[in-house]
Amino acid sequence: MTFLTVLAALLKIVLIVGVAFNLAAVLTWAERRQSAMMQDRFGPNRASFSLFGKEFRLAGLVHLPADGLKLIFKEDFVPQNGDKLLHALAPMLSLFAPLVLMAVVPFGDVLCMDQLKNGHLWDAVERFGTCTGAAGPKSLPAIPMQIFESNNGILYVFALSGLGIVGATLAGWSSDNKFSILGGLRAASQLVSYEVAMGVSLVGAMMVYGTLRIDEMARWQGEHVWGIFVQPLGFLLFWAASLAESKRTPFDMPEGESEIVAGHLVEYSGMKFGMFYFGEYLEIVVSSALLVSLYLGSYNLPFLHRDGITIAFGDAIWHKTLPHLLVVVVQVGTFFGKLALMCWFQLFFRWTLPRFRYDQVMRFGWRMLLPATLVNLFLTGVVVLAIDRAGEAFADRLGLVADGVNLLLGALMVFAVVRLVIGFAMPTNRAPRPGANDAPQTA
Amino acid sequence: MPLPLEGPVQYDRVKGTKISKPGRNAVQQAYVKDIADGLAITMHHFFKNTKEMIRGTRPDAVNDPMEDGVTTLEYPFQKRPYPERFRGVHRLTHRADGSPRCVACLCCSTACPAQCIYIEAGEYPEGDKKRGYEKYPVKFVIDELRCIFCGFCVEACPCDAIRMDTGMHPQPYDSRDQFVFGKSLLMSFVSADGEQQSENPRREPGEKGFAGITRLGQHH
Repeated sequence: MTFLTVLAALLKIVLIVGVAFNLAAVLTWAERRQSAMMQDRFGPNRASFSLFGKEFRLAGLVHLPADGLKLIFKEDFVPQNGDKLLHALAPMLSLFAPLVLMAVVPFGDVLCMDQLKNGHLWDAVERFGTCTGAAGPKSLPAIPMQIFESNNGILYVFALSGLGIVGATLAGWSSDNKFSILGGLRAASQLVSYEVAMGVSLVGAMMVYGTLRIDEMARWQGEHVWGIFVQPLGFLLFWAASLAESKRTPFDMPEGESEIVAGHLVEYSGMKFGMFYFGEYLEIVVSSALLVSLYLGSYNLPFLHRDGITIAFGDAIWHKTLPHLLVVVVQVGTFFGKLALMCWFQLFFRWTLPRFRYDQVMRFGWRMLLPATLVNLFLTGVVVLAIDRAGEAFADRLGLVADGVNLLLGALMVFAVVRLVIGFAMPTNRAPRPGANDAPQTA
Repeated sequence: MPLPLEGPVQYDRVKGTKISKPGRNAVQQAYVKDIADGLAITMHHFFKNTKEMIRGTRPDAVNDPMEDGVTTLEYPFQKRPYPERFRGVHRLTHRADGSPRCVACLCCSTACPAQCIYIEAGEYPEGDKKRGYEKYPVKFVIDELRCIFCGFCVEACPCDAIRMDTGMHPQPYDSRDQFVFGKSLLMSFVSADGEQQSENPRREPGEKGFAGITRLGQHH
């Protein structure tokens, strides 16, 4: 372990923690403004600060520091007969679990330091293989864009996402409150149920990718096709399960505002409540990060590889080498862009779907989601075996299909951007109101 | 048409259309299409409203409140236009010389169903032209909390001295006694057009166009 690896690890930790925290904070703002836009209203826009005699509101972003300050200075209430230690531990756990999950999520391909050291800033690297450069005793290590390279990446995710449950359950237990304990129990049962479905839904993806390492999965998707196209059912099932894990509105049983006041959050105030709240948004970030890395191509864009852009149908049609540093920057930007987009999209569910009843949640989890994941597992196994037996020629043909899908995907992305720009430029069509063209009434 | 006095009332047989039960096949139970439909609605609103907020083309909340889009009225800065005959806070109209038109006849306080008007009538001093001809209000008090804004006082007034055309609703205060409006406060209010007088001209005795009996020069 050289000084460089330690420094790189520290930098990566700062980057990931910074992005996760800031994204979660911005999500609290986004959720309020976004839901307002969905429901034809303004949302929070009153908080402001004055600078040089001018008032700045920043589209309601000033509410973020205002809320944070308020939460810090509020009374930190602990119930008299509650368990003081566990009461303090619970919010820490529910914030800690999603945060450390981000460690195994790769946000870019490998950065070849040798390439940079030798001054070949604008050279490309090889597309395949580990980047060795001038291998030798003096060569610098390749730095993976991932904090924690683990051979059991996905299992680490399961192990730690289970820890978030403990936070909510401890909060329910230590609060000495009937509503809290109901919320804690609900959290425990709901999250355990959906943890099962979530795990099994990912096994299909593991079979296809043939690895547990998330960075290998990302690389597979770059070389073949995005995971959503090989595991469409698994994608939907994993998404549903991770929505349930995030304890948000279609599945907000633990909080259950209309039934049990605020569930496990009843006896929390001030920054402890803020930590729960923040942990919830961090969970959105994490589940979006997992969805992006496992199913939505991670840091990959169609046709962009480590050595540059290669448009290919079996054989390469068009190739353009790009400098290594540029590719890495584009990849990191792509990952965080996809992450933000996915978070934004996930916020829509809360404001679109009505909430379930508690028994419906349980029935959905055990009787629908779990069998569906098993079916997915079985189908995936059959198909993977069949493809393995079909031989090289069939694999080549599948590769052609994958290239076609990539082309379609690229075209779709361009179309979406163009459509967005055109939609923004066009004025809104308003149907004329009845009576709008009548002669104005004279007073 | 006379009502039937005997026999059961004959109703038309209820005719309905049979509605088939919604299907429960796997595709419908999967709920995917319905979620997509719902997302399409919320997304449509999101994109349209965000665009209009950024471009500043959202509908005019004051004049087009029923339009599609964000039509939130930012109240203290924007106000809904009141109808022309909106009954607002009372005002006491002025004469040309700035004195109240009110002659303390007590018609308004008599007509008031909420009994919120209190008037103390006073005689003009000896030698004043109006002495013996009319009185004036020494005190004119309206309790705006008791007032039900029925407008009977305005109807009852023979001199057009009390009007409710200020276009204001009573402002909030922090204690009840602040809602008891006195004569000077009531006289300080202006109509929605900013007038302190009334549109109906007032002819003082001796002026041209005075319709009443002139008692000038007569002894009391």
